[in-house]
Amino acid sequence: MSEIRDVIIIGSGPAGYTAALYTARANMRPLVFEGFQFGGALMQTTEVENFPGFPEGIMGPELMDQWRKQAERFGAELVSDDVTRVDLTGEIKKVWVGDEEHRAKAVILATGSAYRPLNVPGENELMGRGVSACATCDGFFFRDQQIAVVGGGDSAMEEATFLTKFASKVTIVHRRDEFRASKIMAERALANPKIEVAWNSAVEKINGEGGKVASVGLVDTVTGETRELPATGLFIAIGHDPRSELFKGQVDLDESGYVKVAAPSTKTNLEGVFAAGDLVDHTYQQAVTAAGTGCAAALDAERYIAALEDAAVAA
Amino acid sequence: MGAIKAVNDEQFQAEVLEADKPVLVDFWAEWCGPCKKVAPVLEELATEIDSIEIRKLDTDANPEITRKYDVMSVPTMILFKDGQPAQQLIGAQPKAAIRKFLGQ
Repeated sequence: MSEIRDVIIIGSGPAGYTAALYTARANMRPLVFEGFQFGGALMQTTEVENFPGFPEGIMGPELMDQWRKQAERFGAELVSDDVTRVDLTGEIKKVWVGDEEHRAKAVILATGSAYRPLNVPGENELMGRGVSACATCDGFFFRDQQIAVVGGGDSAMEEATFLTKFASKVTIVHRRDEFRASKIMAERALANPKIEVAWNSAVEKINGEGGKVASVGLVDTVTGETRELPATGLFIAIGHDPRSELFKGQVDLDESGYVKVAAPSTKTNLEGVFAAGDLVDHTYQQAVTAAGTGCAAALDAERYIAALEDAAVAA
Repeated sequence: MGAIKAVNDEQFQAEVLEADKPVLVDFWAEWCGPCKKVAPVLEELATEIDSIEIRKLDTDANPEITRKYDVMSVPTMILFKDGQPAQQLIGAQPKAAIRKFLGQ
């Protein structure tokens, strides 16, 4: 049998690493399952301009790397495996990676969110052949080409603006007549001479030619008219869904799949199970808010463990 | 670092296409976060698997081969057998998935 730890943390974005840092500094020797997608959403970004304390900005992957090192410095044990199964209902929480069982008194869930697919014909077939969910990874391959970005939020604005470094023209496809992105991001995108916007337009299908993206089929969300937008690349930035599949049936989720917590605490419906970051937050979804709730989860877990120990002494 | 040797446009013919064993080429780039995730996994696989050679190609520095095999996303892993691209895997994947892809 494996030893029973104080705390296991599942996830490794700003929330997971901050929880790791705090619990490590509290001598709780956290075991952190970073998962294969370690580093969270910031790994896919370029420059982060709004993380406090970095007036010149910092590259997303570099920020995550620093964060990771800081947690490690205080003794967090980091494992890059994906958790495959959990049993969080008992007093001792069990977490599995394949057949390997790990046990702890408390668990912090911080698995974040995953990119949301468009679910249109051509998307899966042409993924990596012009369809991309990572502008910073793939933008380079579209030098002097006409491409499109779907979405209307900050990540769509960031991707579109970034992609103008390579592409000759970037069309932002958005289903409404205004962006939900922050003003500064939207204005920056709209002021860019290489960016055009297809307002009130939804992607209906992605057309390939010779195994690569050739055009995007759009439908007007007001008139229903369809048209073809020539594009060799389509970058998808329509948002994210919480990665809560693993906890379904044990931890209470809301109708969109976000983990429910007793705010302002990070307590879930299960004793000793706490949740933080984008897995919980459908409103703010910022690195700094995720770090904030990651810290809160660590403190909640620490208090929970202390109370368990007090109860054991009293008994 | 590591067991995986880099290969460039000029060496590609001799070291990948004319290799005795199947060769998995990791098309990567410095600026790509997911590439950094998959690199250590491939390093591990390189020490564990003998029947397949693993090489990496910096897409930024080697446009010719990158274009030739229509790489439009990094990381892209292409398994070359007898000088031909046999299978490809796009995006960072967990170790078990890459093993399966390689039939190992």
